[in-house]
Parts: sequence; C-alpha cells; structure tokens
Amino acid sequence: MTRNPRDLPRHTVEQRFVHWMNALSVILLALSGLALFHPYFWPLVHLFGGGTWTRILHPFIGLFMVVFFAALFVMFWSDNLIDAADREWLRHIDEMADGNDQNMPEEGKYNGGQKLLFWAFTLCIALLLVSGICMWRAYFNLPDTLVRVAATVHAAVAALMIALVIGHVYTGIWVRGTFRAMWYGSVTRPWAWQHHRAWYRRVARR
Amino acid sequence: MANDSLDIIRRSATTTQPPDERRHLEVAKLIDVSTCIGCKACQSACMEWNDLREEVDSTLGSYDNPRDLTAASWNVIRYAEVPTGNGGLEWLMRKDNCMHCADPGCLKACPAPGAIVQYSNGIVDFQQENCIGCGYCISGCPFNIPRFGPTDHKVYKCTLCSDRVAVGLEPACVKACPTGALQFGTKDQMKDYAEQRIADLKERGYQKAGLYDPPGVGGTHAMYVLQHADQPSLYSGLPDDPSISAWVSLWKGPAKPIAAALLGLVALGSLFHYILKGPADVTRESEEAVEDEERP
Repeated sequence: MTRNPRDLPRHTVEQRFVHWMNALSVILLALSGLALFHPYFWPLVHLFGGGTWTRILHPFIGLFMVVFFAALFVMFWSDNLIDAADREWLRHIDEMADGNDQNMPEEGKYNGGQKLLFWAFTLCIALLLVSGICMWRAYFNLPDTLVRVAATVHAAVAALMIALVIGHVYTGIWVRGTFRAMWYGSVTRPWAWQHHRAWYRRVARR
Repeated sequence: MANDSLDIIRRSATTTQPPDERRHLEVAKLIDVSTCIGCKACQSACMEWNDLREEVDSTLGSYDNPRDLTAASWNVIRYAEVPTGNGGLEWLMRKDNCMHCADPGCLKACPAPGAIVQYSNGIVDFQQENCIGCGYCISGCPFNIPRFGPTDHKVYKCTLCSDRVAVGLEPACVKACPTGALQFGTKDQMKDYAEQRIADLKERGYQKAGLYDPPGVGGTHAMYVLQHADQPSLYSGLPDDPSISAWVSLWKGPAKPIAAALLGLVALGSLFHYILKGPADVTRESEEAVEDEERP
C-alpha cells in the first residue's frame, strides 16, 4: 500500500525490530514472572508448558531481553538526554494528562515523559538483571541474605516495570497516530507538528 | 509423597483453606545432644529407609561425614570442638536436619501450589512431583536445610519419615539410635521428657541446660535438649533466635497484594483515562499549520 510520501520517517527498521524484540520479551517475562510471583497468576504457567518449564525459561528470556535492550540502548540513548525543554514538559505533565497540550513546550524527537521512561526502563532492567542472576539457583548458589534481598528487589522492580510498560502501551494508544511510528516507522506531518514541533522543524526542512 | 492418612493443614502457594475437620496430635522428634555419641546410626538409617546413597567424598579432617547436608543426605551429625574457659575442650555433637517449623519459611517462600505441605501432625514435607526447582524454599528457610538436587533441580530435605509416622511408626533415625538420644512422640510428651533430661543435666552442673523449641518460627517439630541452651550457636551454628527473614516476609507478604493492586490500578486507570479524556488527536490547527508551512 502506498502511504503519503510526505510522511516523516521516525524509526528505522533496525530500531523497530529491536523495539519489538524487547516488547515480545517483556510480555513473556511479565506473564512467566507473575506466575511465579503470586498464586493468583499461577495458571499462566500453562502458557509456558507448566511450572518447571516456566522456571527454566524465564531467566533465559530475561537474558534474551538484556541483549536486545543493550542494542536498543545503543540506538536510542543519545536521543533521550534530558534537557531544559524536557524539564519544562515534565512540569506540565498533569496538564498533558488532562488532555490540554496548549502549555507544553516545543519538544524534540522525544518528550520529557518518553525520555524519563527510557531511563526508568534502563534502570529497571539493570536491577532486574543483577537481582535475577542472584536468584538463579540452577546456576548460582549465593549467600542467603543476598538471595533474599535480590528476590524482594526483583519482585518490586518487576511490578514497577510492568506498570511502566502498561503506561507505555497506553500512551501509545492514547496519543493517536503514534503506534505507526513503531509499526511501519513513519508519522504524519501534523502529528509531528503537534507533539514534537522542534523535531518537526528539524526534519521537515530537509 | 501424598499421604491419605495425614491431613494437609497448609499448602504452598494456595490461597484457599485446606481441609480442617480432622484432628491429629502434633508429633515431635527430640534430639538430646547430651546423650548423642556421634555414631551416625541415624544417618545410615535415614539413607536406608529413604533409599538415598550419598557419593563418597574426601575427608575434611573431622568426623563430619558427609561434610554437609545434600539432596541425598537429609541428616548429618555436626561435630563442634568448643574450648572451655579452663583449658579443656567440649565435643558438642548435633544431628542437623529439618526442624519442621510450625511457621515454615520454606512453605511461605514456595511459589508452586502443593510443592510444600504441612500435615496436621506438624510435619513439613516437600512433594517433589509439584516442585518446579526455583529454590525459593532455600531462601525461605532460617535453618539452611533444603538442598538442591544437582541434576533434577528438585529440592530435598528430611520428611520426618512422614510415610512411617502416618502408619504409626517412629522415624527411621529414632528407631536406629542406640543411646536414646533420639526420641519420638507427641510434642507434649517430648516436652515432658525433655524436662526430665534438663533437670538431670542441671544436677550435673549444666546450669544453662534447656529445650530448643524456638518461638520465632512458632516452635518446631524437631527439638533439641542442649547443655548450653543460652548459646545455641556453639552447636555448629544452630541459630540463636531463628525467624523467617524480614525480606522473605516482605516479598511473600505485603509485596504480593501491593504489586497486584498497582498493576490493576494502572490498567484500570488507563482504561478510565481513555473513557474520561478520549484520545489525544491531532488538532485541526496542527493540520492547518503544516499546510501553511508547506505553502510555497
């Protein structure tokens, strides 16, 4: 299908691929992790072939995600450095959530919320990796106190991370015209003008 | 192993109430360290009854053999040489095995429904067919008892011979003990018997003799008579005041409903935000602005 040739390219195919590998991993990790976290979610083990398979697979999916998140980090970190406009954006985040973007500053490729989320994901994944390794009994047998702290940290950070992922998906749905930026990589010019005007000015001139 | 003649009163990762009608007496094993001679008959009997064969290891230079509990060694005698103040030496032997806590940390930590159960007689038992091999029970245990099977990644520990007890027999270790250092009966009987032993020890100069039935884990169904009950750690590191770690209590306690509530609120919050505010659409003004910009 031919789309409007004036649409602005936003994400390369490499960026989209890496993003969706992360998305796939985080969904599988959330489902298998929740199953092992609370009896309410135990039936989710059947998606993975039973309890033992869930226990075996979860850490390997975690490592898989770490590899793809590292790639995502390399591709995206420089676009996510927080500047003065982002801080101004974050000060008005409640107005944005209220549906009024009149007072939002002109934003670059990503807004303050997106950038904050990027760094929050980075921190969460680092903590989940370290604490997860500590809990991996099949290969590691570390001191009890360390494993206990790691288990608590892993659960708390994972819950936060899943909440952030839900928020991330929801904001993509809520701001209409956004999903396509990650599906097939382009956005419309009015979308860019409205939500990322500084970025629009930079790329639309070319 | 599931035992039909024993009711399960607590079951891992299970949120509904287990059967509660029948009443069984609480049992206990009493380990009188003051009459233990360190012969390891209990270890042999355990291996024999439970069909366990430990791999032959090299010597540590002490009588500890095997040197630690393993998936195939569910009890070991630990030998501690403790210097006394006057230049002498006390040789303290302690049979180490699962304590069968009334409030078991292993069961609390276990995420697999029915992999760890507590029978109404107080025995805490692992059901390996339900075990997923995560090892959370190892973190949950305040006594460092459960051991990971190196190949099957299932966790093992003393069952207090729940299969024997269910048909009215004493545990194999108790049956084999030649000195009467191991006793088995109802928990009350064992406490009474321990009192006699403690009175005897006090008469012989062990003023601090006492029963080890630590309240931090709700009491245990394996108890010790210790000559030095004021210093349990003398006995190869028996915990002085064991309880389930605060980290495990947080992880397996408030963290679960708080995390579930957080996720529910975020999901519902997103839904209701959309219902209240609708999508953030591109406005007519933005479309016109772009058209103006691009007009030559």
